[in-house]
Amino acid sequence: MITVKQVREIKLSMWQNTYYPELWRGMVVTSRHFFQNFNRFVGRAIGLKTKRPLVTFQYPEERRPIAPRWRGRHRLMLRPDGAPRCVACMMCETACPDKCIYITAGESLDGRIEKYPVAFELDLLRCCFCGLCVEACPEDAIRMDSGYIDLGGHSRGEFYMDRDFMLKDSALTTHSQYRGELDGVVVTRVDLLAQAKQH
Amino acid sequence: MAPQSQLTSACKPPHLYRLTNRMFVDLGIIIGKIAFVLINILNGAGILTWVERKQSALISDRIGANRASILGIKLLGLVNSLADAMKLIFKEDFVPPKGLRVVHFLAPIFALGPVFLTMAVIPFGPPVDLFGRHIKLQILDLDIGVLFILAFGSIAVYGAMLAGWASNSKYALLGGMRASAQMISYEIILGLSLIGPILAFGTMEPGAMVNAQNEYLWGWIPMWGVIVQPIAFLLFLPAAMAETKRAPFDMPEGESEIIGFATEYSGMRWGMFFLGEFAEIVVLAGVMTAIFFGGYHIPFLFDAVEKTGQAGFHFPWGMYIPLGEWTVIIMRMLAFGAKLAILMWLQMQIRWTFPRFRYDQLMRVSWKEMMPVALVNIAITGLVVLWLNK
Repeated sequence: MITVKQVREIKLSMWQNTYYPELWRGMVVTSRHFFQNFNRFVGRAIGLKTKRPLVTFQYPEERRPIAPRWRGRHRLMLRPDGAPRCVACMMCETACPDKCIYITAGESLDGRIEKYPVAFELDLLRCCFCGLCVEACPEDAIRMDSGYIDLGGHSRGEFYMDRDFMLKDSALTTHSQYRGELDGVVVTRVDLLAQAKQH
Repeated sequence: MAPQSQLTSACKPPHLYRLTNRMFVDLGIIIGKIAFVLINILNGAGILTWVERKQSALISDRIGANRASILGIKLLGLVNSLADAMKLIFKEDFVPPKGLRVVHFLAPIFALGPVFLTMAVIPFGPPVDLFGRHIKLQILDLDIGVLFILAFGSIAVYGAMLAGWASNSKYALLGGMRASAQMISYEIILGLSLIGPILAFGTMEPGAMVNAQNEYLWGWIPMWGVIVQPIAFLLFLPAAMAETKRAPFDMPEGESEIIGFATEYSGMRWGMFFLGEFAEIVVLAGVMTAIFFGGYHIPFLFDAVEKTGQAGFHFPWGMYIPLGEWTVIIMRMLAFGAKLAILMWLQMQIRWTFPRFRYDQLMRVSWKEMMPVALVNIAITGLVVLWLNK
């Protein structure tokens, strides 16, 4: 059914048609923002405890606390004896909606385990961080790290994580450290736990 | 030395003046005044690029450009202005191959030059007695100063028009036409709105206009232009902002969406249009200060000449705060600077508050709304002046 909506033309009053009263109201709004922020900036500069002037964070220097429930880059867990927990069952590879996990299985020498991952590769550029691999894993071998958010790189290859990288305690290894560059910000798991407790 | 030189100059016709020390001092004073004004306008224009960024940022709750740094020194983002200048200087300066090379070169000069000339007639401080001379702090003491302002304001039209014409691009040409149509329309309002103050103060000389604003209605209301001629001010401000092609009247440029007259300009030549725009903010604030906001005068502050020997504040309720001669002069120059700063802030605030006009609205506001109001204002002012002088 077609409905007709009549749009009424807004008639401006004589007072509004002189422009200046309405322009003045606009100026009051912007001036309020200007002076509020200006006073807070100046107040901070001279050491008063004013409110934070703006919501903007100066990102690389200034970081917002990461929510404890944040789950980011993947990590492979180890058994107590130091071998990977992963049994190369391909559950995560199957569950992955982006098909970004590539596992090559090999026969395990350990009598209790049939297979182990010869290679376990994950393409972060394809990953959508849905966490289905973590849910699918029967061995709790793959997890996603919390507290680490800056996944940046200069080439595609840097986002291609192999088994050994994911097996490291990767909370101790930032992405750039893996590339051999230190970016100065080393977040330890202890720090992360302390941060998580604060929240 | 002085009496003798006066004697010789009295005996000879003026064109036979010998080069005396006195002449060099005169020349030095003039050059000094020009340098002072030019340096202040250019610095002001440079700093205004920073002010514009920061002010717009604060209005919209942002931080604003602050990343450029020299060895870690950021100066709250002031270094960004330097980086801008560097970028503009080292960018390729492209001239359209089939354009008019000479005109293309001249257009930015036409846009920038008159802006500086306009400031010449604005008194930026009270007269000073120095080196045995009575120096007016004004580069050019013209009897028809207001006409001078309008005349050089209208030369800026050529800048936009020639830039469009010389670019050999139909878009730039249309942009130039649009710009010149707008500027000519608003020039009329500019002229008509200034007739009110001219009638009210009875002079066209900016210096005399400024002094007329240190008189008081009924002894206590300062006769500032904005108080005597409020309607003229409300017409002058938008007309002047349209003349300087800044938002909400920035269709001539329309940098981000429509193509304007400066399309075929790049590098520092485009930078000259840009610099002219910012210099115009300073100059416009100067003109408004001189004509509408009492120039360098502070209400109730008089110098020794105005109140025979009693410099200082003379309040209407009889209070008198004596001040030294030089204190008054410095306070007045600072007052001029402060008024300039406030008016520049106002222009920036307007630029970042109001959305752009549509072109037909722009023309309608100018011809059908502002012009009749300006004419009525002139008629009423004329009648009142006649009645008062009866």
